[in-house]
Amino acid sequence: MIFDRKTFLRISGLSLAAVAAGRAAGASDETSLNEGTPLADSPAVQRLAMVIDTKKCLEKEECDLCVKACHRSHNVPAIDDRRHEVKWIWKEPFKEAFISEQSEFANATFQEKPFVVFCNHCDRPPCVRVCPTKATWKREDGIVMMDWHRCIGCRYCMAACPYGSRSFNWVDPRPYIKSLDPEFPTRTKGVVEKCTFCPERLAKGKLPACVEACTPKAMAFGDLEDPHSQVREWLHSRFAIRRKAELGTSPEVYYII
Amino acid sequence: MFMFEKALAGSRRYWGWIFVLLAVIAAGFVCYLRQLSFGLGITGMGRDVSWGLYIAQFTFLVGVAASAVMVVLPYYLYDYAVFSKITILGEFLTISAVAMCVLFIFVDMGQPTRIMNVLLYPTPVSMMFWDMIALSGYLVLNIVITLVTLSAERKSVAPPAWIKPIILVSIPWAISIHTVTAFLYNGLPGRSFWLTALLAPRFLASAFAAGPALLILLCMIMRKLTSFDAGREPIQKLALIVMCALGAHLFFVLMEIFTVFYSGIPEQMQHFRYLFWGLDGHAALVPWTWLSAGSALVALGLLIWPRTRKDEKILAVICVLVCLSLWIDKGIDLIVGGFVPSPLGVITEYAPTLPEVAITLGIWAFGFLSLTVFYKITLSVRATLDG
Repeated sequence: MIFDRKTFLRISGLSLAAVAAGRAAGASDETSLNEGTPLADSPAVQRLAMVIDTKKCLEKEECDLCVKACHRSHNVPAIDDRRHEVKWIWKEPFKEAFISEQSEFANATFQEKPFVVFCNHCDRPPCVRVCPTKATWKREDGIVMMDWHRCIGCRYCMAACPYGSRSFNWVDPRPYIKSLDPEFPTRTKGVVEKCTFCPERLAKGKLPACVEACTPKAMAFGDLEDPHSQVREWLHSRFAIRRKAELGTSPEVYYII
Repeated sequence: MFMFEKALAGSRRYWGWIFVLLAVIAAGFVCYLRQLSFGLGITGMGRDVSWGLYIAQFTFLVGVAASAVMVVLPYYLYDYAVFSKITILGEFLTISAVAMCVLFIFVDMGQPTRIMNVLLYPTPVSMMFWDMIALSGYLVLNIVITLVTLSAERKSVAPPAWIKPIILVSIPWAISIHTVTAFLYNGLPGRSFWLTALLAPRFLASAFAAGPALLILLCMIMRKLTSFDAGREPIQKLALIVMCALGAHLFFVLMEIFTVFYSGIPEQMQHFRYLFWGLDGHAALVPWTWLSAGSALVALGLLIWPRTRKDEKILAVICVLVCLSLWIDKGIDLIVGGFVPSPLGVITEYAPTLPEVAITLGIWAFGFLSLTVFYKITLSVRATLDG
């Protein structure tokens, strides 16, 4: 019997999900933030999203727990040359993260405040539309996923992404990985990578690495289609904006202001 | 193989030229091997300007490839006999240009060994898929057409009737290759510089100016160096085509500038500002942009004035100006200008590195090598017939 790669991934994902579900039934685990939400790779989850409470996040501007946790667990290289940087999650001053929200009388210090940014896992992702090999695609649960073994490195997705969320491996990234996590694959030169909302953790019933690492609890993660999810609760009770929503990409990362 | 032996007999000058080209190709190839082992970090590209010289050359050369239609269409559709001697030269120019396009795409790939994934996982929603179909189809069409018509010419017989529909198909196909190439860029929501419906018409107009201008120059060079003389009339007709297309191109650019600056949307204006005046002290492309605009305007003026257009010495200068202007327009400004500033408003300037330039020159040399061989074969066939 011949499997293609995607079938294999789907089946292995489902079996992992089954294992995770079995475990979750037995014990109340650390996913208390989103209790009751099956975050594993199951058909019930339709639209995974992130909500960031920027008030909480900005209380400690120099905090980079999420960045460190993500980059460590995903073997993201630390390259100093700005042109060759690879980053999955990082901080961007407000004036760049929200480039269309500028005014000359806005509080100048606020313009420089660091906002945490990463892939928006758009509901209508332009990167997926342009990829000539389906190396990036949108999963049933809303995650915009990457296949680093299929990517031909044409960088069309980088031209298409209006958020600069995608990084290309301009050089071999392996020498720049500070501490190697053997649990997660490293990448090769010549492929594009980005935040994946941690499906490898979701399959085990865990939250994304950044959410788990955020001790001020400024990040909520869950399914927007689930009316009882924490993301829906936060969005219902407070005002949130999205990056460049006017482009119709329907970004799924929300910023409570 | 297919009259190839005719390319192997030539003067010392011919062989000297061939070896110069081979040397440039070899230098480019060595640099490409370095790029292959080091990664695309060897180029001047980076996370903000993620496409550079390679993709820009590709864009310019798709235009050169499409422009053959400017001789094919009058000759085959309207039996315009003036172009009978140069039509095949235009078609060979197309083959060389498409070959260069394919090479430029190839050297731009981060994982070139996986390039067949585009065929293994065909993705019709991606414009790159259609660009591949359009370009490879156009290459095949032109190879078949040139082979069949040249063989017929050698045997002094009329080309077979079945080739006519294939030639007719190649006409809209030429339009399609450059339209789809424009679609590569103008369907991206975050790139306001390319997000204009005028991009495809603009591409076609500049292609139909640059391609025939290049063809005029090639005819003039051949007249000087070989026994082949295209004649005065075809060159003058081509000059008229260059004039009209260049006029249309400049008109489209002015339309763009009006729309962008009168609407006053900052995101739209900043790319033009960067190219024409620079942004926050970053002005690497400003001299190029003005050189391009200036030479296009001078060329158009000299083309419109009959006395200068009809003077072949001046016409040669005009054609150099047109090629230079439109090469800068598409081969530098269009791609880099679309990436500066980035969608987050960050200005990162781009300049190609030495290996990147060497690889680019190597591919151009390959294009000229193939073109030299094609033209050599054609002229040898014709010389035998005349002699």
